[in-house]
Amino acid sequence: MKNFRRLWLDGPYLLWTAAFIVIPLFTIVYYGLTDKTGAFTWDNILAMGTLERMKALILSLVLSLIATAVCLVMAYPLALILTNLKSGATGFIVSIFIIPMWMNSLLRILAWQTLLERNGVINQILQAMHLPKLYIINTPYAIALGMIYDFLPFMILPIYNSLLKLDPNVVNAAYDLGANRFQTFWKVIFPLTLPGVISGITMVFVPALTTFVISAFLGGSKVLLIGNVIEQQFTQVGDWNIGSGLSLVLMVFILISMAVMQHYDKDIAENKTAL
Amino acid sequence: MSNRLIDLQHITKAFDGTTVLDDMNLYIRENEFLTLLGPSGCGKTTTLRILGGFETPDEGRVIFDGQDITSLAPNKRQLNTVFQKYALFTHMSVADNIAFGLRIRKKSEDYIREKIRYALKLVNLEGYEDRSPDSLSGGQQQRIAIARAIVNEPKVLLLDEPLGALDLKLRQDMQYELIRLKNELGITFIYVTHDQEEALTMSDTIVVMNQGYIQQIGTPEDIYNEPQNAFVADFIGDSNLVDGTMIEDRLVEIFGVRFACVDTGFGTNRPVDVVIRPEDLELTALPEGAEPGSEEYEEAAGRITQMNPGFLEGIVSHVIFKGMHYEMEVRARGFEWLVLSTRMFQVGTKVLMSVDPFNIQIMNKPESEDEKAVNPEGGIG
Amino acid sequence: MQEEKAFAKTGACAVRKTEGIPLRKILSRIYLIFIFILLYAPIAVLIVFSFNSSRTRAKWGGWTLQWYVRMFQDAAIMAALRNTLIIALLSALIATLLGLMASVSLLNMKHKKRSVVLSLIDIPMLNAEIVTGICLMLIFIALGQFLSRWGYTIEFGFATVLIGHITFNLPYTVLSIMPKLRQINTSTYEAALDLGASRWLAFRKVILPDILPGVLSGFMLAFTLSLDDFVITHFTKGPGFDTISTKVYTEVRKGIKPEMYALSTLLFVSILLILLIFGRGPKKKAASEHLSRV
Repeated sequence: MKNFRRLWLDGPYLLWTAAFIVIPLFTIVYYGLTDKTGAFTWDNILAMGTLERMKALILSLVLSLIATAVCLVMAYPLALILTNLKSGATGFIVSIFIIPMWMNSLLRILAWQTLLERNGVINQILQAMHLPKLYIINTPYAIALGMIYDFLPFMILPIYNSLLKLDPNVVNAAYDLGANRFQTFWKVIFPLTLPGVISGITMVFVPALTTFVISAFLGGSKVLLIGNVIEQQFTQVGDWNIGSGLSLVLMVFILISMAVMQHYDKDIAENKTAL
Repeated sequence: MSNRLIDLQHITKAFDGTTVLDDMNLYIRENEFLTLLGPSGCGKTTTLRILGGFETPDEGRVIFDGQDITSLAPNKRQLNTVFQKYALFTHMSVADNIAFGLRIRKKSEDYIREKIRYALKLVNLEGYEDRSPDSLSGGQQQRIAIARAIVNEPKVLLLDEPLGALDLKLRQDMQYELIRLKNELGITFIYVTHDQEEALTMSDTIVVMNQGYIQQIGTPEDIYNEPQNAFVADFIGDSNLVDGTMIEDRLVEIFGVRFACVDTGFGTNRPVDVVIRPEDLELTALPEGAEPGSEEYEEAAGRITQMNPGFLEGIVSHVIFKGMHYEMEVRARGFEWLVLSTRMFQVGTKVLMSVDPFNIQIMNKPESEDEKAVNPEGGIG
Repeated sequence: MQEEKAFAKTGACAVRKTEGIPLRKILSRIYLIFIFILLYAPIAVLIVFSFNSSRTRAKWGGWTLQWYVRMFQDAAIMAALRNTLIIALLSALIATLLGLMASVSLLNMKHKKRSVVLSLIDIPMLNAEIVTGICLMLIFIALGQFLSRWGYTIEFGFATVLIGHITFNLPYTVLSIMPKLRQINTSTYEAALDLGASRWLAFRKVILPDILPGVLSGFMLAFTLSLDDFVITHFTKGPGFDTISTKVYTEVRKGIKPEMYALSTLLFVSILLILLIFGRGPKKKAASEHLSRV
């Protein structure tokens, strides 16, 4: 009777996890390491080596690193400012960063097209103020901007949460022992919020590295990221083996950042549900 | 005057319109163990934070060693704080925690190493240099927090409920430790607590606070034996606090019975508050069935009035054995009197209750609205 | 906490207040406003466009409500809306149910086994969406090839998208419910058993009311994630099946119909309203229900 109850409770989700999470991962490895006939090959992995694909991969890495760095530099002071606001407003503050996410995400990125266009909203404002115009649409700059915009909340919330958890007396203790603001920040506040920072970095870096929507919308057809290359393999070329092989290469980078994150506990999972 | 190390002058502080400190004046002498005692919300922690530099008063000045430090940043002050719940840097080793202030001051590593060894020895934690604060017990973390503060050789150590998170046994041990530390270091300790026992055990001077006002300043003996108002009497120790009327000098009426006392200067026929400590009430058992007028009753009453004129008749309603003594409640004239005695009286025993004139403490009733705020309802937070 | 200290005090309260706001505060206000504009400018643009009577984004043709009317007459848009809502609702429901079962059973597991299963469930949340999408696409393809031997086929469309959404919603519901379940004092459950309740009754009357806030927030999270998803849907959908997101993606090249702006604005405002009303509702309701049962 007890075993039956256990089976009834455990069965569905374990089966689901196996069928749609675990086995698919093996499937992509299988496709990535075989050719059309099903024979083992490294060719799909090595297919990453073409000039065009390497350029896309390197551009993805560069842009996602830049976006992550800019997000960090923008988010940390913001999180500090938010922490210093009245504590009663916490819920309200968090919602300010979540509410934009209820607008369709593709349309939100698309809106940047309109904002950044040659005669777009921003340039009209710049013109009215007699400032030089900004021509960045369809360039990597626009993609980086899109990434920063889209993923900034993922950086703010974990840092904000870890700052909230920080005992204010620990900060006071540093001042009390003679540290100035600068020393207090670098020797105490920053190291103690490092888990939040790391989890913010992974939460921005992974989606930025693998996006194909932001580049498709803001990079025109000129700028390809690794996400676009892989996506095209599946939806346009229809070569699942090469697509899978390229995905496996991409997964190496994801695994590296996941390993870094695992090192810093389960904070990332917590922070994702906080959204 | 020369040994006034710190002078708080007319300190007023409000948070969101609520006044936490109202025109507080207090001086602290060099080398003194001063305790700010009161229920939560009485302003004691705010006072400490103003001293440490973590709050600036809305009005008033803080004079330290003759200099106005009211708006001086905490990192520029010659005081160090031991925080509630220790506030150790969990990302650093014990040694790095202790070295923090010294490294900021750019002391040599040799000097720092020597200081760490000295401080750990002082708090009885030699050999703990490389441990992580998280791996230590509460009591050990407390000692590290103290070590971290004292290596900077502050003139004053501020301690904010440092023993609050420890269990009873450890708390008692740490009280002795703190007294020893203070004597060895020869510096001023300013200690904040809501625990009257801690305050009575360790302090040279106790400042009893409630609702932003200082209620009484004095030695532990003064505070315990001669509370100046109903709040202090009720907050410090257990006591019987009753309404009385001062008939004339050295004579007070409680529940219609006149008692001799030693207080003078309260005028005649003035309502007053009367405090009698439970250990000061003396009980005399009456034989069963002894009614007023009967021989046994008059004999017992006579014996009492020979020594202390005035007594109350009551019935023992509760008895609890407390190890050293019995704690009893005696119902007399509709009031439950708390009595401590080494002798046990059975529940239901008729007793006559008397008190030595020296042990009756007379206090003026609160006059103004402000002082009324000082009623004992606040309790121990 | 440090702001005040930076500037000197004369002591008198009134004097200090008229000294104005310190520079740091002004700078941080400006910064907050800058971030706020960055986050909300695109949304403002979209909402404004939904009222633009000109068909192209480039021109402003004056205010109109016509797109709000026309979107209801566009069969394709209405189908996409229907698909989006049904998928979001169903996937959130099923994922919440699975997540509830998973949470209960995970708590009874030994620590090591639990952390293994939990990290497996978390994969779709931590992995890149594109990889999760491709993985799901490949498993459906592989399954289709396998089944074709017996003449069965797998059609990419509603069912595959639904499975995809449940899969990536599952970790979020588990992570919303688990902490609440962990907080529960097991002795109340045992007390219910002790008083003669069956396990199921005890679970329903004692545990469920306590974890209801977690269950509801898990459901809402799953619902909004599914509503907004593009990548998973993109890889698991077949031709002829669209959600709002995939419709936007395919329309980008030819130009987005203004009706889509109207639809998204309407959805945005609806979610905002639902959460404003609901956001406080469930907790109160859960608490009062709990009380009325006791």
